[in-house]
Amino acid sequence: MDNGNLMTTVVLIGLPLRWTVSLNSYSGAGKPPMFGDYEAQRHWQEITFNLPIKQWYFNSSDNNLLYWGLDYPPLTAYHSLLCAYVAKVINPDWIALHTSRGYESEAHKLFMRATVLIADLLIYIPAVVLYCCCLKEMSTKKKVANALCILLYPGLILIDYGHFQYNSVSLGFALWGVLGVSCHWDLLGSLAFCLAINYKQMELYHSLPFFCFLLGKCFKKGLKGKGFVLLVKLACTVVASFVLCWLPFVTEKEQTLQVLRRLFPVDRGLFEDKVANIWCSLSVFLKIKNILPHHTQIKISFCFTFLSLLPACIKLILQPSPKGFRYTLVTCALSFFLFSFQVHEKSILLVSLPVCLVLNEIPFMSTWFLLVSTFSMLPLLLKDDLLMPTIVTVMAFFIACATSFSIFEKISEEELQLKSFSVSVRKYFPCFTFLPRVIQRLFLMSAITMVLLTLMTVTLDPPQKFPDLFPVLVCFVSCLKFLFFLVYFNIIIMWDSKSGRNQKK
Amino acid sequence: MAALGLAASGGNWFSALALGVTLLKCLLIPTYHSTDFEVHRNWLAITHSLPVSQWYYEETSEWTLDYPPFFAWFEYALSHVAKYFDQEMLNIHNLNYASSKTLLFQRFSVIFTDILFVYAVHECCKCIDGKKAGKELTEKPKFILSVLLLWNFGLLIVDHIHFQYNGFLMGLMLLSIARLFQKRHMEGALLFAVLLHFKHIYLYVAPAYGIYLLRSYCFTANKPDGSVRWNSFNFVRLISLGLIVFLVSALSLGPFLALNQLPQVFSRLFPFKRGLCHAYWAPNFWALYNALDKVLSVIGLKLKLLDPNKIPKASMTSGLVQQFQHTVLPSVTPLATLICTLIAILPSIFCLWFKPQGPKGFLRCLILCALSSFMFGWHVHEKAILLAILPMSLLSVGKAGDASIFLILTTTGHYSLFPLLFTAPELPIKILLMLLFTIYSISSLKTLFRKEKPLFNWIETFYLLGLGPLEVFCEFVFPFTSWKLKYSFLPLLLTSAYCAVGITYAWFRLYVSVLTDPPVSKTKKQ
Repeated sequence: MDNGNLMTTVVLIGLPLRWTVSLNSYSGAGKPPMFGDYEAQRHWQEITFNLPIKQWYFNSSDNNLLYWGLDYPPLTAYHSLLCAYVAKVINPDWIALHTSRGYESEAHKLFMRATVLIADLLIYIPAVVLYCCCLKEMSTKKKVANALCILLYPGLILIDYGHFQYNSVSLGFALWGVLGVSCHWDLLGSLAFCLAINYKQMELYHSLPFFCFLLGKCFKKGLKGKGFVLLVKLACTVVASFVLCWLPFVTEKEQTLQVLRRLFPVDRGLFEDKVANIWCSLSVFLKIKNILPHHTQIKISFCFTFLSLLPACIKLILQPSPKGFRYTLVTCALSFFLFSFQVHEKSILLVSLPVCLVLNEIPFMSTWFLLVSTFSMLPLLLKDDLLMPTIVTVMAFFIACATSFSIFEKISEEELQLKSFSVSVRKYFPCFTFLPRVIQRLFLMSAITMVLLTLMTVTLDPPQKFPDLFPVLVCFVSCLKFLFFLVYFNIIIMWDSKSGRNQKK
Repeated sequence: MAALGLAASGGNWFSALALGVTLLKCLLIPTYHSTDFEVHRNWLAITHSLPVSQWYYEETSEWTLDYPPFFAWFEYALSHVAKYFDQEMLNIHNLNYASSKTLLFQRFSVIFTDILFVYAVHECCKCIDGKKAGKELTEKPKFILSVLLLWNFGLLIVDHIHFQYNGFLMGLMLLSIARLFQKRHMEGALLFAVLLHFKHIYLYVAPAYGIYLLRSYCFTANKPDGSVRWNSFNFVRLISLGLIVFLVSALSLGPFLALNQLPQVFSRLFPFKRGLCHAYWAPNFWALYNALDKVLSVIGLKLKLLDPNKIPKASMTSGLVQQFQHTVLPSVTPLATLICTLIAILPSIFCLWFKPQGPKGFLRCLILCALSSFMFGWHVHEKAILLAILPMSLLSVGKAGDASIFLILTTTGHYSLFPLLFTAPELPIKILLMLLFTIYSISSLKTLFRKEKPLFNWIETFYLLGLGPLEVFCEFVFPFTSWKLKYSFLPLLLTSAYCAVGITYAWFRLYVSVLTDPPVSKTKKQ
């Protein structure tokens, strides 16, 4: 079979999978008065369609910001408006001002699900296919297998098609950005990434690696010659695309400030619900949220985030390479997720996307990480009644990865990209040869804890004293693993060039 | 979980394929299910709460038990698991009961019994020596065959969306075919006899089994020219075969014979009161016949050759009632369809007798039997096409000609199943899965036979591509036109007539290939 047909087959496996997941329940289904993210998206369609653009982000009698007020950047609002126009044609009741609040019906669900599928089909899936086709030094079969695994990643499918969000749009734009920047279409890449940021402000997690990589490229070309030209071009692209997206809001200062206030709600807490990051896990022992004053929390989280991602970013500026760029994307996003302020559990998807991109380089660790990331969202998925699709998609993903990469045979130091690290450690401790075995054990333990915790959450009732016992346990366990992964990915980045130099010698 | 670990550790592609499709089936649980779901729930209730003597008399629900006794026993066994899920589904008077636990149980019972199908596919892959091709795994005939069978689109939507238990029944048939290929004739005969008492639709292919076993198993030797050597008849083999069939039938029908209920059982199994065609015409010869009748009557009315008052009303208002009345062409009786079917089957049976070609010949004859009865049978369901499609998959990886016939048959046959799923949420599923299966089957078989002449000529390509516009018209354009109310039957009529052309063509080509194949005697081959 030729390449094209195989890719089509793979995409055609991914699409029905997505649609069948979308037949399940969504967040806040039949739960008045606030419902969930599904209602939020519908509400945004209602707001953007019925109100003039200047009122979208302002509180008014027609726009109660406490009821799912718009808190995403303008591109999301435009997308909602576009969907609203289609909804208007099909059934105006869906977006009628005020009266449509909490509207739920089978037909409406179908419409909303279809908008997700179409967005995914237009933005995310082509990016994945193209990214896999552009991979170098790989056979056609491997490329296709890689695409299959990325498309089967359960976290994104479950959140977009189960819980209901449009992450595939922002992540898809980010992926187009990665693709552009790595293939030397720097301007197109930065344009795509600007679109991603303007769709969802959480994409800022990825912005530092983009910035550092492009800056590093400019330095490499020489800041006095070509590099400077590139820098100016990039700056113009970024400014122009931002201005375009924000055009209705930049004309008045008050508008811009209000949008920014909506996007970065600093007065909200350190974290929301149960998140598998440091602050939530620490609060098991120490209620930071109550002890420290609000601005101190912000400062502490900022410092931790900044310090944890600094080494990788500096390294990327000094030695820009597509490979380093991908790994830095992982560590930066992971640092943000673990340490930054106001993190949602769904933000782990921002880490998972770059991990998907290194799936073919370190299949074992990436698969492990992607499984953990899905597991960390378990409390959320259970709340949405998505147990069955979760189990099924996770198993499908695991089987796909296991068969296409035979991950369990790829655990030597070299295949874990830990060769140079181990060599340098062995200079001081000659007996440091047990790393692969330790990692294998760790994987087994982690798999067992994940299965056990899932089983316990589903079957057992928590003790009355601790009603949140299982969600907290899930977050705590996931957080520990994420810390381990943060260290691991940082090691890869730090010891990367050494191996490169060794090979050159 | 054990199977999961096995698949993962060994990198075993077959387990991965089987597990993958099983997971897909699990995802299909919340999809739409047809009245067949209620049919099977009712049978669970009947077999669970009534004594055997009442099974074939019970008629609280309109969906009375009309499968042979083994299937009833199968439901009886299931019902003893079902009671741990939801006792209420086993109540006969709980019509249309579909709690979430009932749904889960029934869906999982189909998925679980499909294990037999997976095993049968595994056995079939062992005994099929397809064309030797590239070393790449995805180009091996065994791999292609297992995808074609395990991921079969028709089986997926009929069993796991529409709801039926064809998976394990097809598994029994494939397993018995595999046993015949492996020269384990007695086992094959036993499996088929059991299968017949699960679902009597398999009677269609019984002639192939009977003649093959008689000709190639009971007669142990051939003359040099390939004709039968009469004195080589092995009486012991015939007796043991007969004994198997007799014992299985006794086990199944014996209790009802003892209760003196056999006539009642048979009247349930063979209801001739139904019409020539199902509500939606299966794409066979009669669909073409009906369509022609319709066209002629319309032309007749336009040219004033027919008197509008004399035309039976049903034929013009919808054309989709159970009893279709012909206006121009003569009406068809059950006897006529029976004779047509027999005539259509006979040549293939003759071939099996006079030109024995081992198990492959038997397989061809079996497919022809299934297809011929689909073409001319009385009250054929569109789902019956699976009876021909699945065995045909076995042939498709062997010869380029067969592959071409298989692709035409499968694509049109599968497309003709589309009207089974008419609800909006299932629309993307059926289109995407159909595309997945069709694109995979065409491209993989094209790769397998890339060194031979192209699989399709331009007419065939044109015909197959025509299915796309047809689907667009029927599901996306037609509902928004003004004809929707006046000619509501038009999409179904078009689908059925269009597919009937393809299936008739495939049937015809397969027949030609069987009849014109040179008789190869076994000695020559070796």
